[in-house]
Amino acid sequence: MYKYILKRLLFLIPTILGVTFIIYAVMNITPGDPGRAILGANAMQADVDAYNHMLGYDLPFLQKFVNYVQDLFLKGDFGISYFTKQPVFAEIWPRYGFSVRLALMGALLSAVIGIPLGIYAAVKQYSLWDTVPSVISFLIAAIPGFVVGMLLLYIFALKLNWLPSYGASSLRHYIMPMLALAIPPAAQNMRFTKSSMLESIRQDYVRTARAKGAPERTVIWKHALKNAMLPVVTQMGLTLGALIAGAVVVEKLFSLPGIGSLIVDRIPFKDEPVIIGGTILLSVCFAVIMLVVDVIYAFIDPRIKAKYVKMKGK
Amino acid sequence: MSRNETDKTKETILEIKDLKVIYQTDAEVIEAVNHIDLNILRGRTLGLVGETGAGKTTTALSILRLLPEMTGKIRGGSIFFEGHNLLEVDENWMRALRGNAISMVFQDPMSSLNPVLTIGEQISEVIRLHEPDLPRREVEEKVDSTLNLVGIPASRKAEYPHQFSGGMKQRVVIAMAICCEPALLIADEPTTALDVTIQAQVLAMMSDLKHRLGTSMLMITHDLGIVAQTCDDVAVMYAGEIIEAGTVEDIFLNEQHHPYTTGLFQSIPDINKKSDRLKPIPGLMADPANLPKGCAFAPRCGQCREICTKEHPVLTAWGTHQLRCHLFASSEKEQERGAE
Ligand SMILES: Nc1ncnc2c1ncn2[C@@H]1O[C@H](COP(=O)(O)OP(=O)(O)OP(=O)(O)O)[C@@H](O)[C@H]1O
Ligand SMILES: [Mg+2]
Repeated sequence: MYKYILKRLLFLIPTILGVTFIIYAVMNITPGDPGRAILGANAMQADVDAYNHMLGYDLPFLQKFVNYVQDLFLKGDFGISYFTKQPVFAEIWPRYGFSVRLALMGALLSAVIGIPLGIYAAVKQYSLWDTVPSVISFLIAAIPGFVVGMLLLYIFALKLNWLPSYGASSLRHYIMPMLALAIPPAAQNMRFTKSSMLESIRQDYVRTARAKGAPERTVIWKHALKNAMLPVVTQMGLTLGALIAGAVVVEKLFSLPGIGSLIVDRIPFKDEPVIIGGTILLSVCFAVIMLVVDVIYAFIDPRIKAKYVKMKGK
Repeated sequence: MSRNETDKTKETILEIKDLKVIYQTDAEVIEAVNHIDLNILRGRTLGLVGETGAGKTTTALSILRLLPEMTGKIRGGSIFFEGHNLLEVDENWMRALRGNAISMVFQDPMSSLNPVLTIGEQISEVIRLHEPDLPRREVEEKVDSTLNLVGIPASRKAEYPHQFSGGMKQRVVIAMAICCEPALLIADEPTTALDVTIQAQVLAMMSDLKHRLGTSMLMITHDLGIVAQTCDDVAVMYAGEIIEAGTVEDIFLNEQHHPYTTGLFQSIPDINKKSDRLKPIPGLMADPANLPKGCAFAPRCGQCREICTKEHPVLTAWGTHQLRCHLFASSEKEQERGAE
């Protein structure tokens, strides 16, 4: 198992190389440059060129790529932002921490809402427990996430004035963004859990559990649920990853200092070091989440664990 | 056994009367079990035979009231177990019986075990459910002794189902069914998933258990060889009906048989005769969603007469041997309705 985890972590190296290469390549073929973006449309071309040269932006992109990778792997240096002239790591790390915290809370909330509702919907199929949450979940699936956020803002900040509408200085500030983040994946979690539970409830071992004389509660929560959790865990991992990187809209809506909005803000300035550094941290985070999902899998399902143990033997 | 044989052997432990079960699907109503009567005597094994789709599993599930909730519906009759009608008792009563007084070995051992729980957990669960006050250590001892009984080393109880072979899984399933020493064990084709040698071992083990624990059994199978080997009584099922019933001697030695039973016998290869070919019964089983008006077997019957397609045959009985066929009803008029 440890060997497997180590192997998975080693895979990060090519991932980081790939991410870096792709971003430099994309930046290279898209129009615009940081000098022009920072100095403005009226600046002289000569000044712009000099500025770009000072940043090192005018180097050939392969050269930039090699330099970056060398600095990163040999010195652990993420470079200096073109835009703020600050070390990139100092700039992205707190934002990153903020995003991860927010996403974890959002994912947790989406699980707490979605999974029990999904279980009830499956167990009480065709009853009100099923139809009402299912209809609501389909409605939510049809609405883009930011509309949910705007609705929350409108109701809780504007009309009721219960919650602050922007910033992240207290716990109360987190409530609405968390809800805005959690509600769409909660609906998805519910649908996922429901279909997975419906599948596992039909299995023969569930009937065996009933034939043992187990009460319905045990049949569902012990026998059916554990087997139904596998796809749900994967879904949760994907949700978490998506919430860290993809919370841009919610971050913008509530003026929150997240990593996603930082990256998006710097794209017009072609702030390559920040964009690359931010993306690398995100991909590392994603890889770690997927690894954790795999480890949880092994804990839930002994057949999967057996596979890893075999791998270890090799 | 030094039991008082005379009154114990004749005691009925399970009595099914006029049971009717349907499956209600969106498209159709499937008449899976049609007004059957079955009796199981204490300490005896009743073999329920019939080809696929005859309604054997449905009958078994009805006894435990484990039919699929949405579709399976019991539409009449009674199932008396130790004096109580199981179709009228409440769910708590049934739960106390399941796995304890009546337990079932399901048709497919591969999928009957929960893949994410160790076999020890799965066996001890039954014991803990029915003897909640038993100390943990004694529960484990009971698990160990049951595993030994079915021939699995107790040291393997911490392993998961996927670590066992098919035959061993079947033994685990049987261990789960017998660990509370049920009065009635329902075995639904307990050996079809196994190869011949393992099959013989499992059957021998089950007979042994039956003698040791004095359990009554409902042995569901489509294999007449297994019936001859393990059963005391036999009921032949066709399209949800019992078309012939009696003791093993009645079925294997008597001259008169329902043409379907005769067909079943001809469809087993006989190594003593030099024909190496199976003689399957021609045609398909009647569609239970659309049963014929007369005898359900008539369309496939070589001896079909006019009356067979028009009138439903009644039961004819000679002592313990019962038949539901017009061939015999007409020749033995005086015996008609003998069992009703
Ligand atoms: N859940 C269900 N929904 C609808 N029809 C069903 C269901 N289960 C069984 N049936 C139908 O009921 C009839 C009897 O099925 P049953 O499973 O009792 O047969 P069986 O005698 O056990 O057959 P086999 O030897 O194949 O196990 C069949 O026609 C079958 O298609
Ligand atoms: Mg069956």
